[in-house]
Parts: sequence; C-alpha cells; structure tokens
Amino acid sequence: MRYLLKRVRRLVVVIFAVTLFTFLLVNVLPGDVAYDIAGQDASEEEVQAIRADLGLDRPVMVRYAEWLGDFVQGDWGRSFRTDEPVVDAILSRFPVSLELMLVAQVFALILAVPFGILAAYRAGRTVDRTIATAGFMSLSVPSFMAAILLILVVSLNLGWLPTSEYEPLSAGLWANLRAFILPALAIAMAEWVVLMRVLRADMIGVLQQDYISLARAKGLPVCHVILRHALKPASFSMITVLGLQIGNLVGGSIIIESIFALPGVGRLLINAIYARDFIVVQGVVVFIAFAYVLVNFIVDLLYAVLDPRIRTERADG
Amino acid sequence: MSRPLLELTNVSTHFHSPAGRVRAVDGVSVSLEAGQTLGLVGESGSGKSVLARTIMGLLPSYAEIPKGGAITFDGQNLLTMDRKARRAISGPGIGMIFQDPMTSLNPVMKIGQQVYEGMRHHFGTSKATGRQRAIELLTEVGIPQPDVRVDQYPHQLSGGMRQRVAIAIALACEPKLLIADEPTTALDVTVQSGILDLLQREQRDRGMTLILITHDLGVVAGRCDKVAVMYAGGIVETGSTRSLFARTRMRYTQALLDSIPRLDRPPHERLKSIGGRPPNLITPPPGCRFAPRCAFADAQCEAAMPPMQADEADPAHSFACWHPRDPEQVTEEVA
Repeated sequence: MRYLLKRVRRLVVVIFAVTLFTFLLVNVLPGDVAYDIAGQDASEEEVQAIRADLGLDRPVMVRYAEWLGDFVQGDWGRSFRTDEPVVDAILSRFPVSLELMLVAQVFALILAVPFGILAAYRAGRTVDRTIATAGFMSLSVPSFMAAILLILVVSLNLGWLPTSEYEPLSAGLWANLRAFILPALAIAMAEWVVLMRVLRADMIGVLQQDYISLARAKGLPVCHVILRHALKPASFSMITVLGLQIGNLVGGSIIIESIFALPGVGRLLINAIYARDFIVVQGVVVFIAFAYVLVNFIVDLLYAVLDPRIRTERADG
Repeated sequence: MSRPLLELTNVSTHFHSPAGRVRAVDGVSVSLEAGQTLGLVGESGSGKSVLARTIMGLLPSYAEIPKGGAITFDGQNLLTMDRKARRAISGPGIGMIFQDPMTSLNPVMKIGQQVYEGMRHHFGTSKATGRQRAIELLTEVGIPQPDVRVDQYPHQLSGGMRQRVAIAIALACEPKLLIADEPTTALDVTVQSGILDLLQREQRDRGMTLILITHDLGVVAGRCDKVAVMYAGGIVETGSTRSLFARTRMRYTQALLDSIPRLDRPPHERLKSIGGRPPNLITPPPGCRFAPRCAFADAQCEAAMPPMQADEADPAHSFACWHPRDPEQVTEEVA
C-alpha cells in the first residue's frame, strides 16, 4: 500500500513537470491559433478579439495556472478549433493507438523470443552471428523507411494488404486488423531487435547457472530446460524494455500513424501542434505521461508475478 | 566381486581456451562396485568437479573428451551413446548434487515441482502423485513441515535446508549412482555433518552407489569404502580407505594428510601447508605433476611421469610415485 502511494506521488510530480514544460514550449512556437481561426482576410482587431476571447492575451503563467486549476477538477478543456472536449478527442483516438501498440508488440515478441533463445543457446556460433546481423540490419532501418518499403513491396507489388484503409472494429475483426499489420510490422522491425538482444544476454547468463545444470542432470530434454527453467528468470530485463516500449507506443506513434493514415493519438497530437491548438496538445501530453507511468507500474507488478523473491520482499517491507 | 557399476577407463576432459588446451582431466581410470562409496579427494582445480560433470554429461560446449577413453555405467558406454539414451540415464541412472545449494535450485520454481519434475519426465507420474512423493521425500531428507515447504520457493529456505532439497531432487528418480560434488563446502560447519550423515544413510538404505567429492580427507575417512586422490587432472593414489590411510604411499596424499589440523598438536602451532601451486594444465611438466612441490623429488621425478603401481601388501591399492613413502616407517621428517 505504501508502495502504491509512493508511485502515485511520483506520478503527480511527473505530470506537473511535464505539463508545465509543454505549456511553455508550445507558447514559444511561432504562429498563433488566433490567426488561423480568423482566416487570411481578418483585420488585426478581429484577431485580437479572438485572442482575448480565447484568453491568449494574458501572461503564459496565468494561463497555465488556469489550465491546471481546471485540469485537477477534471476539466481538460476544449479544442480551440473544433470545440470538441479534449478528453473525448483523446478517448476516441486511443483505441487505434492501443491496437497498433498491441499488434506491434505481439509481432516483436514473436520474433524476439525464439531468436533470442536460439542466439543464446548457440552463442558465438554461426546461428547467433546470423541473427545478430539480421537484427542490426532490421534495427538500423528507420521506421518511416520500413513503412514505405513495406507499403511498396507488400501492398503495391504483391497487393496482399491495403495501404491505408482504416476500418473500425465494428467492420469485422479481419477488416480492422488488416490495416494494422503493416504499420505494426514497421514498428516491430526495430523493437524486436532490442528485446532479442536483451533476452539473449540474460539467457546466456542463466544457462550457465547451476540450476540449469541441475535441471539437465534430471535428464530433462533441452527444450524443457530452456522453456520451463531458463526462460522465466531470463526474461526480467526483457520485460523492463518491453514496458518502456509499450509506454512509448501507447501514446501513439506520430510517424507511423501519419504514414498509414491511422486516426490515433499520435496523429491527434501532431495535428494539434500544427494548428497551435495547445489545449489539445496539453491534454495529449498529460495522457501520454499518465500512460507511461501506468505501464511501468504494471511492469513492476509483473516482476512480482514472475519472481517470488520480490513478492516476499514487498510483503516484508 | 560383481562387475563394477561404474568404470572409467583412461578418461580425459580438455577445455579449449584462448591460451591453449587445458587438460583438466587427464587419463583417469577408476572403477566402483554397486553399493560402494568412493571418496574423490583433491584440492581446488584438481579436476574433481570436471570429472563429475564429464560422467554426468554436463560439460560446456568448449570442452572436448578425447577419444580412447570410456565411461561404462551398468554395461553401457556413456560417451558413445546418443543424446536421448544418455538423457534417460540422467535421473534414474545417475543423480547429482551440486556444491552450492544457493545457486543450484531454480529461484522461480516451487520446491515441490523441482523435486517431482524428474519423475514426471521419466516415469510419467501424475502431478498429484508427484506432489505426494515430493512431500514424502522432503520428510525423508529431514525437512520440517514438508507439506508447507513443498509449495515454497528456494529463497524461503536456509542453505542447509536447500541442500536437503537438492538431495531429495536427486533421490526422486531413485538413481543407482549418486554423485555429490562437495555437498557441504558451501554450508555452515554446524550443518555439514548432518548433510553427510543423511547422504550416508540414504546410500545404505537404498543400496545406492555414491561418489563423494571433497577436498577434505577428514570427510572421507569414516564414510567411504574407497578413496581416489586427484592431483592436476589425474588420479595419483587410490585404494580402500583403510589401506590408503594406514599405508599412504604417494607423497601428495601424505602432504594432504599432514595439512589436516589435529587436536593432539599443541595450540598455535603452524599448520603444515603444501607450498607452491598446482601446475599449469595447459603445459603440464613432463614428469610427475607434483614434483615441483614435492620435498622428495629428484631428476627422475622431473623427467618422467611415474606409472600407477600396486602396493605390495594390497594389490587394490595403487599409486603413482617414483619415491613412495615407506608405510612401515612411522614418521619422516621433511628437511
């Protein structure tokens, strides 16, 4: 319980720092939302009227204090441009980003776990070196490049998958999932390598442990020894990295969502930044920070599930 | 007597290292009859543990077992079997206990499962029966509240208790041969004899064959039928425990015996230690490996390796030394 309180306290500090920082950053961006709203032909008076109307004429710290006051009361504000409540805007986009993240992480794990195990089991051999080379090649392709290559090969040349036809889940699982395969692959191409390398490193260490020798001394087959005895203790670092990756992706991937025209949180953020719609930017940033902290908290809980030693420590402490 | 249960003939284990080939075990021959206890004694780095791992088939990938040797267990050569047949022997044929119980149990697996998973694999025992058998085994090895402990994790047990669990794990598949690799070295002195007594009792009750690896000749004295002393990868003296202690021939064995602290010596007397260090096993000396540290060594010792020869009084007792100690002589002062 005390542990939980500590985490919540930390979350409050993180959110305060992050929101203040973004508020100031968005403020120094050149351009002004009032000009956008007023249109090209508007007179200076009209623009000033809009600014006064939005409260933009007041000092930045006053505006931040006001925003913070509303925020702690649960009012995230409304978009300057569409008048849509910020919370609704985020929540309507969030499922798309969440699904993209999940599919990407599933792909990354499907690649990382078997190859990580194989590379560790054959450490230093040809198989290990081949996996390492393939991994670094895959990692060094930037995700926008991977996305474009995937579209070129899989969609345009082979015609297997659509390039950008997002369908909601109500249109059927496959129709929905289909749109996520390529963007998720583009993300996973970098993610799996990191997971694989971390798993490999830990697995090499675990395979040298006495308890693995003991498991082998019981006459258990190699695959049983690796999957039942070695995988769990070797996966702690990988789960930490996985948590960081999920935290990164849960707030949406700006580049991938833009390329594949997925209406996720990432696209909401980038469009809001372009439009200087800083109430929306503010809301998305808070949401991302919150998601990040929450995911890492869940990862911490997961350690306890995997490692009984941590369970006892927490119960004692 | 009957055919030996385990017979090692000219067994070697070499490791490939960047500096060259390390001859960790070099031409070991020893045999052991069913129901006997063999004490395998030697200082750190003498190759005892590597020999145990060689028998157990647990060598790392950079190890090589040169051709020409054989490990015959129950009539089958372990070195030429295919992997699957070899695995079938680990567990029901040969069990092993490791030195450090703090590292030899899986930290994220319940104790019960670690005890019964071997049974499940080899005999297809059901989970419920396996758990029941695990509780029985934990009781047998002297673990209090076995029905609670069976669902606990290793970190909830003390070192001595963990070693008892390790013994229960090894006993689970009823092995014919048990190899205990320094089972008490990592433990508190107060629990050491308890573990050794337990091993001895299980060995007797089950008619099991036991290889007890230790660096402590004192441990071997009361508990083993037979002793083999290892030095720098080879066996330098072997025989029945009685004969080896009463008629010690090899100078290294004698030096080991002299280094045991004794209650009948005056207090604060300097312990006799063996000066120098074991030889480099990448480029071992051509002659007797102990010669550089031996007070009795001469040119012959440095030139040629002494062959194993039988003791005149006891043909089962053999040793490798050019200038063996005269067993009839009571004391010999080293200059």
